[in-house]
Amino acid sequence: MTEHANTPSLTDRVRPVDAQGTVVGVHFFGDTPVFVLGEEALLFAREDGVQRVNIHAGGILASAGDSDRILTGGDDAMAVVTDAQGRHNSVGADSQKKWVDQVALGPDGAVAWSAGKIAHVRTAKGEERTFEAPSTVAGLAFAPKGFRVAIAHYNGVSLWFPNVHGAPERLEWKGSHLGVGFSPDGKFLVTTMQEPTLHGWRLADQKHMRMSGYSARVRSFGWSADGRFLATSGFEQLILWPYDGKDGPMGKQPRILAPGSSRVAVVACHPKQPVVAAGYADGLVLLVRIDDGAEILVRRPEGSPVTALGWSENGRQFAFGIEDGSAGVVML
Amino acid sequence: MPETSQQKLPVTVLTGYLGAGKTTLLNRILSEPHGKKYAVIVNEFGEIGIDNDLVVNADEEVFEMNNGCICCTVRGDLVRIIDGLMRRKGKFDAIIVETTGLADPAPVAQTFFMDENVGAKTKLDAVVTVADAKWLRDRLKDAPEAKNQIAFADVILVNKTDLVSKDELEDVEARIRGINPYAKLHRTQKAQIPLNEVLGRNAFDLDRILEIEPNFLHGDEDHHHHEHDHGHHHDHGHGHDHHHHRGGLKHYHDEDMQSVALRTDKPLSPDKFFPWIQGLVAEDGPSILRCKGIVAFKDDPERYVFQGVHMILDGDHQRPWKDGEKRESRVVFIGKNLPEEKIRKGFAGAAA
Repeated sequence: MTEHANTPSLTDRVRPVDAQGTVVGVHFFGDTPVFVLGEEALLFAREDGVQRVNIHAGGILASAGDSDRILTGGDDAMAVVTDAQGRHNSVGADSQKKWVDQVALGPDGAVAWSAGKIAHVRTAKGEERTFEAPSTVAGLAFAPKGFRVAIAHYNGVSLWFPNVHGAPERLEWKGSHLGVGFSPDGKFLVTTMQEPTLHGWRLADQKHMRMSGYSARVRSFGWSADGRFLATSGFEQLILWPYDGKDGPMGKQPRILAPGSSRVAVVACHPKQPVVAAGYADGLVLLVRIDDGAEILVRRPEGSPVTALGWSENGRQFAFGIEDGSAGVVML
Repeated sequence: MPETSQQKLPVTVLTGYLGAGKTTLLNRILSEPHGKKYAVIVNEFGEIGIDNDLVVNADEEVFEMNNGCICCTVRGDLVRIIDGLMRRKGKFDAIIVETTGLADPAPVAQTFFMDENVGAKTKLDAVVTVADAKWLRDRLKDAPEAKNQIAFADVILVNKTDLVSKDELEDVEARIRGINPYAKLHRTQKAQIPLNEVLGRNAFDLDRILEIEPNFLHGDEDHHHHEHDHGHHHDHGHGHDHHHHRGGLKHYHDEDMQSVALRTDKPLSPDKFFPWIQGLVAEDGPSILRCKGIVAFKDDPERYVFQGVHMILDGDHQRPWKDGEKRESRVVFIGKNLPEEKIRKGFAGAAA
């Protein structure tokens, strides 16, 4: 148990935002934080007021953002792209009305989304490609280099080149793979699993990596800006796996920082510095410096779980969302 | 809104072999004026004749867990769907999961125990099985899924009673009881039933199921036994008569599916009970479809309740024993070829 009474605090610098609903994602357009709500809308938290933009007729199941667009998937079977002005367009719809529950943004304006077993990619030119996975697509990620998409499913991951004919490469590992992500250098691929564990592959030789010891399913992960660490949720402390050697975390111990009174629910790495934001199941939000574990308090634990965290592209602003519908923005 | 976020949404699982009348019941639930909204997870969109924007199409993806437990399976689609439905909580009061006619209910039930997020947001209310009065007996012979669905049920609708004679109906009910004496039975035509008999049952809270047992088995209750240390409903007369009458009810024994119920008024020792039950399900989990129980531990002011599916156990202190309430421990196992003698000895050995 840590009370964080003596932790340096930014709590008095938080600009509160009333999200009026559970926040499930946070993205930034420049200095403007955009909160993705669990139902129907995006909230643009501009300095002069909050603008609500309705984009889905129902629940919003997934979101991804970059500097000039936010891609969302909904239970209305639609994939929608919204720009910094709040203009939004459907970029796809499932013909069988299945939920669009995975989305990813790729290089050069490409988008990926999935509904059921079908993964879709749409290039900036509007070319459409689809791939049917062996079971429901549970995670999507674009590789940092090359036009390649990782698709997580039961018993492994398919690595798909949408512009190349032929069967995708298959990385096999028994079990249900949920989230998926590439390391920033593109050398490693990591999945979160139904069990409280991560699996990974070194792509050069498909060597397996197992990262376990969690107390709950890992639902949030991300690499530090320098690519040296993989930050993960799923434990009562922030777990960081080292990725600075050619073997990744194989044979190494994770760095374990920032003990909380409840589990880490969401993590978000600073875009430039070796700093991780960690949101806990009791509402605590901390900024944690990887090198020495120093902590800064952003939000005290007030009961309801943290559901979303995000950084502006320059790392000068940070925003969080809470299950009970509260949210906040901090200028650093 | 901290208190609403703590409330768990009840989930009713609707099973039944092909053609038994599951969809009829589901349409009835959705169309009757009860003022409640249900999110419904179905296999086929087309079957539902009711306009409901919270109908979700599931693919029944059964996944094995990598935890060394051979019978630990979950419904991967349910994990995702319930996660997604939680975005819209407040828009509905409860969830109904309809399984396909050929589905084994175990992975559905196990999903609620195995996935932390699902377990935190929802609770299994009851497994409701619709059985075809005319064809169930045949299906029990040739379809293991049909038998599992009966064994798993908290509530069973013996449907299409208009298509069978009184004798046939009694016979099919006796067959059901031979497999699962603890489910609440209802006779229905066209799945007509007051909805409070299938929804909001809290059957997985156990209390009810163990309380209704005496009514149900009035012919079978062991009143004359001087030691109240057991009362199991599996007959020993394997060799001869396959069925007989007791207390006016026909009594069958299914060849491979039985139940074992034990009770004792001796307080149990947690140091003996937990190692026993954990060892039992670890070893015999594949043959135990369901188990449940209420336990009175020595010097413990609270009732401990547990339930399990195959190798998974879930239990907690439930509430203080009431004044005047009989401090009795009761456990029930339903399964295939249960090691009855072993279970009985183990339970007796858990006394403090």
